[in-house]
Amino acid sequence: MTSGERAPAIEAVDLTRRYQLEGVAVDALRGVSLRIGQGEFAAIVGPSGSGKSTLMHLLGCLDRPTSGVLRVNGVEMSGLSESRLAELRNRTIGFVFQSFHLLARTTALDNVALPLVYRGVGRSERRARAAAALEAVGLGHRLEHRPSQMSGGEQQRVAIARALVGEPKVLLADEPTGNLDTRNGAEVMAILDRLNADGGVAVVLVTHDQEIAACARRQIHVRDGLIELDTGSAR
Amino acid sequence: MRGREAFAMALEALRVNRLRSTLTMLGVIIGVLAVVVLVSVGTGAKDAVEEQISGLGTNIILVVPGQLTVGAAPTQSRLSLADVAYLRRVVGDPAKVTVSLQSGETVRVGRTEAFVTVIGTDQSLTGIFERPLAKGRPLSETDVDTRRRVAVLGAEVATRMFGDVDPVGRQVSIAGARFRVVGVYATIGQTFGLSRDQEVHVPVTTAQRMLGVDRVNGLAVGASGPDEIEPLQRKVVDALTARYPGEKFSAVTQTQLLGTIGSVLGMLTGVLAAIAGISLLVGGVGVSNIMLVSVRERTREIGLRKALGARQRDVLAQFLIEAVLLTTIGGVIGIVLGVGGALAIRSFTEVPATITWWSIALAFGVSAAVGVFFGVAPARRAGRLDPVIALRAE
Ligand SMILES: Nc1ncnc2c1ncn2[C@@H]1O[C@H](COP(=O)(O)OP(=O)(O)OP(=O)(O)O)[C@@H](O)[C@H]1O
Ligand SMILES: [Mg+2]
Repeated sequence: MTSGERAPAIEAVDLTRRYQLEGVAVDALRGVSLRIGQGEFAAIVGPSGSGKSTLMHLLGCLDRPTSGVLRVNGVEMSGLSESRLAELRNRTIGFVFQSFHLLARTTALDNVALPLVYRGVGRSERRARAAAALEAVGLGHRLEHRPSQMSGGEQQRVAIARALVGEPKVLLADEPTGNLDTRNGAEVMAILDRLNADGGVAVVLVTHDQEIAACARRQIHVRDGLIELDTGSAR
Repeated sequence: MRGREAFAMALEALRVNRLRSTLTMLGVIIGVLAVVVLVSVGTGAKDAVEEQISGLGTNIILVVPGQLTVGAAPTQSRLSLADVAYLRRVVGDPAKVTVSLQSGETVRVGRTEAFVTVIGTDQSLTGIFERPLAKGRPLSETDVDTRRRVAVLGAEVATRMFGDVDPVGRQVSIAGARFRVVGVYATIGQTFGLSRDQEVHVPVTTAQRMLGVDRVNGLAVGASGPDEIEPLQRKVVDALTARYPGEKFSAVTQTQLLGTIGSVLGMLTGVLAAIAGISLLVGGVGVSNIMLVSVRERTREIGLRKALGARQRDVLAQFLIEAVLLTTIGGVIGIVLGVGGALAIRSFTEVPATITWWSIALAFGVSAAVGVFFGVAPARRAGRLDPVIALRAE
């Protein structure tokens, strides 16, 4: 298992994912091959039900493919145990979801610090790093606010801070602007763009919005569980 | 994830759902409370009875006609004073055999009346039983031989009839006949709920004439040491059976009485504890139920935690600790209330509740075990949730 700067952030070969729904097989992905380089910025677009979220879950090691090979940061995932996969998610991947998924009764600071809890980082260091991450998304003044006391845009920025606090190699965002108005959506995109440009984090985002897709340097079109068009490929 | 973090998370989850946590704990609290209170009442009763029995004196063998088993009806006595004399010859030392003939009678001094237990006995009684005198003298051989109408009063009878006046040398009327008080016993308390300070002792011969019988209720034989008890017991029974072929006699020692009563009360305590244990079990089922609801409600949270890097065992630990915290906090509250309840019972009622450390330790251990046992299934369900499905849940 080698992991190094040379290996692509994500390398997928012929991924398939079949769901069994009341005995009927649903092929959500039918053979997807993909390389995402370190520090790349890509947008996945496609009609509803085409398999975008399914692909994101596989890339993020939340789900296992029915067949195919997936390497994240050079590490082949099929051989990994449940707890090694969890560790990989914790250290290498950051998730941002359409519906934010913040813990409702927990402050912004503690929400952001959560990934570090599972890494065994001590409380004071956790809080310091979480505060810095919130600062980086422009929420240094909202540390003790709870999700219900923040706007949707602010909540999504908290979620981005949480995805970044562990300094991942890849940030996976499934429709991060889907629940936001245009102005807040643009702000979130600006943050992702800056993180990608300054921090060197690879960003893969799923979107329905053409304008937002256009922010990315690479567009991957998915239809019926297959890649239909890929505007660029990794070095 | 460190243990401390898991602990903090679980505590936080319980705090957030404060009312629900409290109600869930209530089942455990009631169960533990019941265990602690009932076990202390049972233990207290057992201790009290054992203390009373050993307070009678040491190395005593009680001889009664018939078979002595718990719940058996008393047999009509056929023992007489001739048998007492016979046993005295068998035992070899007349001072080691005494006799008892009991009857409830009215005692009167002037206008003061009381209903007491009158016991016909003899001079050997005070040498065998623990019966210290406060004033005067005990019954003598001459009292018995000449059927004197003399009496030795229990401490309570003496105060009730005579107040501060010294009763020795004064007259009392027992069942209409006049008796002279020759002595007063020191206070000794009760045995099996009967106050032994309310007894009046008279010579057995006088009692027989008063009651118009030539029988006695039972005999008591004193052994000179613990080693002598068993052979003596056999000797006495064999002698009586030889004298009355085909009849049964029982000779029981204090140790046997203690053993029998102890095991009956121990069983009673066990049954009480088991009933209380069932309510603890019901409390455990409540915990299991609430934890399952909690896992379902927090499906999305579980999915998120896994996406952020929680392992199966981190999630399992979080929910298991939550369940164990629920039952142990409930257990501690139940123990505090139970100890308080036992103390209240002891000070406000006649029931001698005794708090034992083992019952408290057991109650705590059992409540923690209930948390583990009933928390494992919901916690495993939480740990095994598929993160993708969990994240999609609404
Ligand atoms: N757990 C599941 N069981 C069965 N079928 C599923 C499951 N999850 C997804 N599918 C199916 O797989 C296909 C792809 O779903 P997916 O969520 O990846 O689509 P999507 O591209 O993200 O759509 P949208 O843009 O609406 O989010 C769909 O046909 C969906 O019904
Ligand atoms: Mg989707």
